[in-house]
Amino acid sequence: MTVTQPLVQVENLTKHFPVTRGIVFQRKVGAVRAVDGISFSIERGETLGLVGESGCGKTTAGRTLLGLYPASSGKVTIDGHDVRTARGSEMLEIRRDAQMIFQDPYASLNPRWTVHSIVSEPLRVHHLFKTESERVDRVQELMGLVGLSGRLINRFPHEFSGGQRQRIGVARALASNPKFIVCDEPISALDVSIQAQVVNLLEDLQDRLGLTYLFIAHDLSMVRHICDRVAVMYLGVIVELAERNELYEHPLHPYTKALLSSVPIPDPKKDRARRRIILAGDVPSPINPPSGCRFHPRCPLADLTCSRDIPLWRLTAPGHWVACHKA
Amino acid sequence: MIDEQKSKPEKSRIAILTPDDLETPPLSLTQLAWRRFQRHKPAMIGLVVLALLVMYALGGSIFYSEKFANFNDTSRRLLAPTSEHPFGTDSIGRDVLARTIYGGQISLLIGLTAVIVETVLGILVGALAGYYGGFVDSILMRITEAMLNIPEIFLLIVMAKYFGGKIPELDIFGRTFSGSVVVIVLIIGLTSWMYLARIVRAQFLSLKENEFVLAARATGTPNIEIIFRHILPNSVAPIVVSATLGVANAILSEAYISFLGLGVQPPTATWGNMLDGANNYLESAPWLWFFPGLLILLTVLSINFLGDGLRDALDPRSRTV
Amino acid sequence: METASMEYLLEVKNLRTLFHTPEGTVFAVNGISFHVDEGETLAIVGESGCGKSVSMLSILQLIPVPPGEIAGGSALYRGRDLLKNSEREMEEIRGQEIAMIFQDPMTSLNPVLTIGRQITETLLTHKKMDQRAAQKRAVELLDMVGISDPAQRLSDYPHQFSGGMRQRVMIAMALACGPSLLIADEPTTALDVTIQAQIVELVTRIRNQVHMAVIWITHDLGVVAGIADRVLVMYAGYIVETAKVTDLYENPCHPYTIALLQALPRVDRRRDRRLKSIPGAPPSLLMEPLGCPFANRCEHVIEHCRESNPPLLPVDKKNHSIACWVNVRTGKPR
Repeated sequence: MTVTQPLVQVENLTKHFPVTRGIVFQRKVGAVRAVDGISFSIERGETLGLVGESGCGKTTAGRTLLGLYPASSGKVTIDGHDVRTARGSEMLEIRRDAQMIFQDPYASLNPRWTVHSIVSEPLRVHHLFKTESERVDRVQELMGLVGLSGRLINRFPHEFSGGQRQRIGVARALASNPKFIVCDEPISALDVSIQAQVVNLLEDLQDRLGLTYLFIAHDLSMVRHICDRVAVMYLGVIVELAERNELYEHPLHPYTKALLSSVPIPDPKKDRARRRIILAGDVPSPINPPSGCRFHPRCPLADLTCSRDIPLWRLTAPGHWVACHKA
Repeated sequence: MIDEQKSKPEKSRIAILTPDDLETPPLSLTQLAWRRFQRHKPAMIGLVVLALLVMYALGGSIFYSEKFANFNDTSRRLLAPTSEHPFGTDSIGRDVLARTIYGGQISLLIGLTAVIVETVLGILVGALAGYYGGFVDSILMRITEAMLNIPEIFLLIVMAKYFGGKIPELDIFGRTFSGSVVVIVLIIGLTSWMYLARIVRAQFLSLKENEFVLAARATGTPNIEIIFRHILPNSVAPIVVSATLGVANAILSEAYISFLGLGVQPPTATWGNMLDGANNYLESAPWLWFFPGLLILLTVLSINFLGDGLRDALDPRSRTV
Repeated sequence: METASMEYLLEVKNLRTLFHTPEGTVFAVNGISFHVDEGETLAIVGESGCGKSVSMLSILQLIPVPPGEIAGGSALYRGRDLLKNSEREMEEIRGQEIAMIFQDPMTSLNPVLTIGRQITETLLTHKKMDQRAAQKRAVELLDMVGISDPAQRLSDYPHQFSGGMRQRVMIAMALACGPSLLIADEPTTALDVTIQAQIVELVTRIRNQVHMAVIWITHDLGVVAGIADRVLVMYAGYIVETAKVTDLYENPCHPYTIALLQALPRVDRRRDRRLKSIPGAPPSLLMEPLGCPFANRCEHVIEHCRESNPPLLPVDKKNHSIACWVNVRTGKPR
């Protein structure tokens, strides 16, 4: 009996950005601990959601996971390849198999390139087809997959709307037939009615092509809709991870509870009847995170242990992990 | 099922301006910029005047040969403009009009080639410094700043003295250029690249943070391609403006160098050395400096207008046509 | 003399706003009419480009007049037409009677002046208070919006506050002169959801305390559910539906509203079906609209929809109106 390895395995990943001083010779005076030790795995065909508010490090985590930012420590394995040590052709293989969709549809496409050039870039970089006409065919196919007309490939990004540009981004991400796609807030910049279009598209593609997603977002409602499992990040660490309905129906970490209680519900009676957990204060700076449990200054349940000891990441129920002294 | 814009037979006059329905051909950013440029009247005037000046310098050689331009007859020196010599003759009897034509060719050529040298250098230094940052950036920027701090005139004089006379004549396109032309081009190019380098570096510093660059890295695109095929095309605006204005600057620089006697040596004419030759005859023979001076003025002004128009047209903030 | 028995705090009739651009005329607001009562909270909901912000800016005459143009209609504030006011008269109204807060507090606050200075400035100008009274009032305001150590915070600069805090400061500034109407243009769109909850709670508390009317502009139907008394749904410069908040969610009647609600995922429910997306895209505002602007995306469209733009008409007696030719429950024309 073979146990299938998860497609993506992350172990204690950290990413610190140094804060420097000095004009000619810069010395390090501190670090922004954007991602401070996260671990999780993603199975083939699964969609893992990574949620959190601004500054929690989720975007940095996504980029570091793919090796776009060099990790400060930890290990990332994608389909058996170690992202941190991969070089040359092995790195190129990782890049072929693991792709990314970006948040800003206006900034993520080169305004001077035609749609054809943009979508076929992975084909050229990975030498996937021999002739230009084969590449054109593949680009047409990809455009069809994302619901855009193939006649548009000679146009420029500025001629398209936000939702269409996002689809072009998806087409580009699919070009090299990847196994894994990191979706970094792919719908945050879009109107509500277009968000539904793009999310449906992502789901259809997952079914059709057997894709695995890491879905990074701050919209908890959308995450519940599309993800299989969800991880909650706060100030560089994951505080809770569970199967989606388990997380939303039985949240254990106080931050998760507060977060869920703040999400507006489009139903006036229900929304107003809710008891919202309002958190005190602001999110602390990632340069100097609080001691012990990072959440303790704002946590309604915090006590001395919480301010002193870092809570262990433990399994409290099948598939349900929490880092909290009080859970 | 994937949602797709279906085109139904439309009775409604509501236009759905999605590209499927557009009949206009694809409009690149360059084409948009050209449209914006055409709206800028001074720039269009500059373009026309510059075109006329280029035609004058190039086309004029149909009517006057170079031999004629260099043909001196001291018996006919310092003649005021007449029908035979519409711009008069100079101190050794050469026809001024013919000399302005051939001088124009050299001056414009110097302007153009100096700009090519400085643009290539400026882009290389700026792109590498801006993209790689860190140590590479520090070194390149210190060199740039050092060059900027040395007074240009000083550099020009030193280089002119050193190289002058050491480079042999060249034969290109059937015309002989004195080696001093190459020297001038190099001098001007080597003393002007720094301004562009700083601009290009600033462009690269900001553009490399853009998501499309990150997307290219995520695709696995090698750095060289990112620099030259992704970022550089997006920095074209300040480079074009700088290059255009650089031509004017080069022509003026050539004029000062020649005025110092260090420029292109006679008999080859340039507008600059014609001005130098007029030095002793400022009042007595004003046609000697008037015509070359006027031509320099017109060229520099029209290039400046052109540069203004380009700057406005290429401004990324005005995104619409 | 007419008795003002039916006088609303704000009554807008047939407001039309255009922008003249090199590509043509943009028909941003196409004849909208609505009213706001004293102490009431009206939410204006719509996606980008629907005209929700432009209409509010028009009322306050904050549209740059070329290229903008207020092409018609009236905006009666306590019976007086704001659109006919001079700039001087509007300056009296803005800040004092009607206050407005925006999405990005960073650009609304002057980064080189202290918060205290910015708040007291409003008070000194409008209320003619002296410096000491103004400072005292400023401290009270900061306290009212939930900023701790208000007296000390007066001498802080905007960059020393977080995003949520800055929005609170904006609210404090808006409240300084005790306006009767607060217009909030997407005030929480750029904020995290926990901070958003705080701000919504704050505005709710204050409006109850001082009996202030609020117009809350947003694209988020969840926020609307939490704060509004009545709702206007806008599309392509038109109002397509208006109703009391419970009616809107329980019984949405306009196809666009229905579609929007069906496109929303829920945090409180298990996933039961795909999100319903609306095919196509909003129309270009460069064309003078003819026919219903939603016609080419509507599931229930009939021939008549393409020929004539439906007016906003009541559905029932409960102050629920839609601009639609079709009864979506039965599929028949109304």
